[in-house]
Amino acid sequence: MVGGIQSPAQANYGPIPGEILFSIIALLGVACFTYIVMKRMTPLLRGERDFRFDQPLIRLGRLAQFWLGQWKHPRYRFAGVVHILIFAGFLILATRAFALLVLGISGHFIVPGFSGLAGQMYEAIKDYAATIVFSCMVVAAVRRIVIKPARYAVPAEYGKGRGADAIFLLALIAVLMASESLFKASESALQAQQGGGTEFLAMLSLPWMFRNLLSETSVPALWNVYRGAYLLDVLTFYFLLCYRPFGIQFHVETSLFNIYFAKLERGTVKPVRWGVSDEQLDQVKSFGVKKFEDFTWKHMLDFYSCADCGRCSDQCPANAVGRPLSPRFLTIKARDYSFQHYPVLGNPGDGAALVGSIYSEDEIWSCTTCGACEEECPLLIQYIDKIVDLRRGMVDDGNVPKSIQKALKALESRGNPYGKMEKKRAEWAKAKEFQETCDVRTLNGTHGAGTLYFVDSITSFDDRMQAIGRATARILDRIGEPFGILGGAEKDSGHDVRRFGEETLFMALRDHNVEAIQASGVQRIVTADPHAYNALKHDYKDVPPVEHISQVIAREVRAGKLALAPVEDPDNVYAYHDPCYLGRHNQVYDDPRNVLDAIPGLQRVEMKRCRDRSFCCGGGGLMLFYEPQETERMGVKRVRMAAEAGANVIVTACPFCMTNIEDAIKVAGMEGRMTAIDLAELVDQQIARPGPLQIGTRQESAMA
Amino acid sequence: MEILVCVRRVPDTAENEIRLNSAGDDIERDDLVYSVNEWDNYAVEEALQIVAKIGGTVTVVTIGGEDDEEVLRREMAMGANQGVLIADEAFDGSDGKGIATILQAMVRQGHYDLVLTGVQAEDGGAQVGGMLSAMLDYPFASLVNSIEVLEGGKLKISREIAGGNKEMNEIDLPCVLSIQTGINEPRYVGMRGIRQVAGLEIPRLTASALGVDAGTVGVAAAKVKRMDYFVPAFGKGAEMLQGSSEEIVDKLIALMKAKGGLN
Repeated sequence: MVGGIQSPAQANYGPIPGEILFSIIALLGVACFTYIVMKRMTPLLRGERDFRFDQPLIRLGRLAQFWLGQWKHPRYRFAGVVHILIFAGFLILATRAFALLVLGISGHFIVPGFSGLAGQMYEAIKDYAATIVFSCMVVAAVRRIVIKPARYAVPAEYGKGRGADAIFLLALIAVLMASESLFKASESALQAQQGGGTEFLAMLSLPWMFRNLLSETSVPALWNVYRGAYLLDVLTFYFLLCYRPFGIQFHVETSLFNIYFAKLERGTVKPVRWGVSDEQLDQVKSFGVKKFEDFTWKHMLDFYSCADCGRCSDQCPANAVGRPLSPRFLTIKARDYSFQHYPVLGNPGDGAALVGSIYSEDEIWSCTTCGACEEECPLLIQYIDKIVDLRRGMVDDGNVPKSIQKALKALESRGNPYGKMEKKRAEWAKAKEFQETCDVRTLNGTHGAGTLYFVDSITSFDDRMQAIGRATARILDRIGEPFGILGGAEKDSGHDVRRFGEETLFMALRDHNVEAIQASGVQRIVTADPHAYNALKHDYKDVPPVEHISQVIAREVRAGKLALAPVEDPDNVYAYHDPCYLGRHNQVYDDPRNVLDAIPGLQRVEMKRCRDRSFCCGGGGLMLFYEPQETERMGVKRVRMAAEAGANVIVTACPFCMTNIEDAIKVAGMEGRMTAIDLAELVDQQIARPGPLQIGTRQESAMA
Repeated sequence: MEILVCVRRVPDTAENEIRLNSAGDDIERDDLVYSVNEWDNYAVEEALQIVAKIGGTVTVVTIGGEDDEEVLRREMAMGANQGVLIADEAFDGSDGKGIATILQAMVRQGHYDLVLTGVQAEDGGAQVGGMLSAMLDYPFASLVNSIEVLEGGKLKISREIAGGNKEMNEIDLPCVLSIQTGINEPRYVGMRGIRQVAGLEIPRLTASALGVDAGTVGVAAAKVKRMDYFVPAFGKGAEMLQGSSEEIVDKLIALMKAKGGLN
């Protein structure tokens, strides 16, 4: 430290020399923290395996983006900026904190490289950092106490509020900042009074303000302030260190690891057991997560890392419509369970079944796997894999709602959830008027068609959705793509069978389809169903590349090969609804919009919740067979959002969205004021409808 | 408690298009998918729940051929300890009484405290349970929608009465009960469960093994014979209620009251 003044190590605290006192405090603090962290590690070591050690460079890049760069934070502007300030402050202050702690043990410590000008600059920067962090604590406390943003509230069914806990932590950090600044201010004041000259202190920083307050203070009093501030700072630091693993502040330690080990792929579902091949699965005694220890270590780390910011549940459509699911509390309840069953003092408790104790069945079935929560989480906590694993456990125990059992049984025997006969799968293409203009071939490996149109169950069998199938086929036909379908040889893609936890049935459906696709000899797959798209792209192996029809259309439009006629009614206002499995899970946001914008005269608006914040329509696949407890349909909320945006036509690109949105228009009583159309249907119309050029030609020929 | 549940494999009405064959005496059976008769599935679940509470074993039995093994495996995947397939050409074409005769022989071979059947089969006539109990001289209760095991070899059961009422009964064991749907929520059985019991042996019993006189069963002994099978013509179309939402609701309530749907 700056000459002339005894460092806290050299000072005496009553009869105890500072050196000894602070060595004991440091030793106790570090030992205590190590012990608690080891206790916290116990369940992780008992958890299931999880392979997160690959691709170190990509992981480091994501660390730079999401941890250091705080990438997700500004999505919630105010809280995000406050957090970035605090985070940056902590990073800056880390060096100071280290140096300060050593000061109590060894009086002559200077962090290497921090002598001279660099050190002085750092001093100024960190003084401002401490001041900013201190101010942020005040702001955060005001938010918690006065403003009370809705997303922090704890609904009664999830136990008591945690506001006091948050305030306590804010206060501790504020004390840490203040004591550190006071220590520096008193040191500087002492120095000045002992004739050491007035040291430069960053103007308006906490130390600067404190020194001004202390300018008249006597030397003995200053000396007490100096020693007292240091003791308070050290005690607060170690108390915080050991207190953090008991609550939301643990993310200060875990976030680095949580983000480094975060899942890299989108749209995928974790395997039943990491490191166990499909063939070996029959030997696995129990599927999915039934007790806490069935979670993987990374999933447990997720629980520890949650900062309880409430963004996931704020975005969750299930939560928004009053379904008994809140991703935030899925995590918080698991963390509470973990803390309770793996106590810091005492032995781990017995592993009870999670569903039926901390989770309810409906809670786990309520998720549409839309991914809104995961998109939002600043700490990259995963939810879908956990939901799927919990469902796998329930399916394994035979614990499945009856309505879903029926659909699963039909999928097993008929390959579609409706129990329709396999041979009727291609009936949609046999509608007379359609067949006259577009002959859809069923591939048997000898046709030489390069493209497979994978239709999937809902488009094959649902009367309304068959129109999407016919529109898709006509578009493929129009762009001159030699294509065919699998017909009766196609089975459900199994996308949502997997996401509802029925892995074995999914594998059977997948294996059947992979074989049929390979036998068809195609080089490309196109589908108009984002769920099938996601399955073929991420869940299937050894199949040709797959595209969603919106990508195909966008490419043709870009290449100028597909001219679209002007919009029929220029007064219509269109809003595009991003299907979860096209948008969030596969990042296809622009192609459908580009296609819409290529239709001359089409007015398009964006809903407030669009693109990666799109609001799920209610869920596809087996979710159509589930009867959720809810106060309102997601689709109804979504349709109202479109109306708010000023739209009267909702364009989507998914047959499940169409089902939910069309139902919702009726439920909301908005028939006549709002319509829904699939992108493929709209494009098909705009191809079929004669454009101005053709009209002109016709007029000419009429005149001639 | 030793429980025997009689089950049957039936064409799944939810997953088939039931059509008449060209002869008009049966349904078209190509392309059909089959499953466990729904009522029987509830009976097996109930047996499993009783055994889970008080101990014992659950045996499932069916009469048929090789194809019928699949329903036994499904019920074993649910948790039944043992499956028995009764298969003999002599049994083909048995009427309800014939089936009851065969099952009666099966029951007499074991030491079952409780015999469960479904109330009826999806393609049947709710005949077997009653006849079986009469042949065994066991007490019988039909349309059972709850079972509670009492001390001293008795059960407390409730039966469904028309209009949604319930009747509580005490019944002595051994007895035969026909189980109504809704008594429980049968657990889901997936492919994985069925695969896990795929290797288990299912014993087959013939007429001689059961000691059944072939003359009392089969087509020759059947005194009820199917003469015809037809799909009735559709009646008049549905009535569409007209008017504003409030008017429609009022009309609907009036209609429901008139037809006894609301009290």
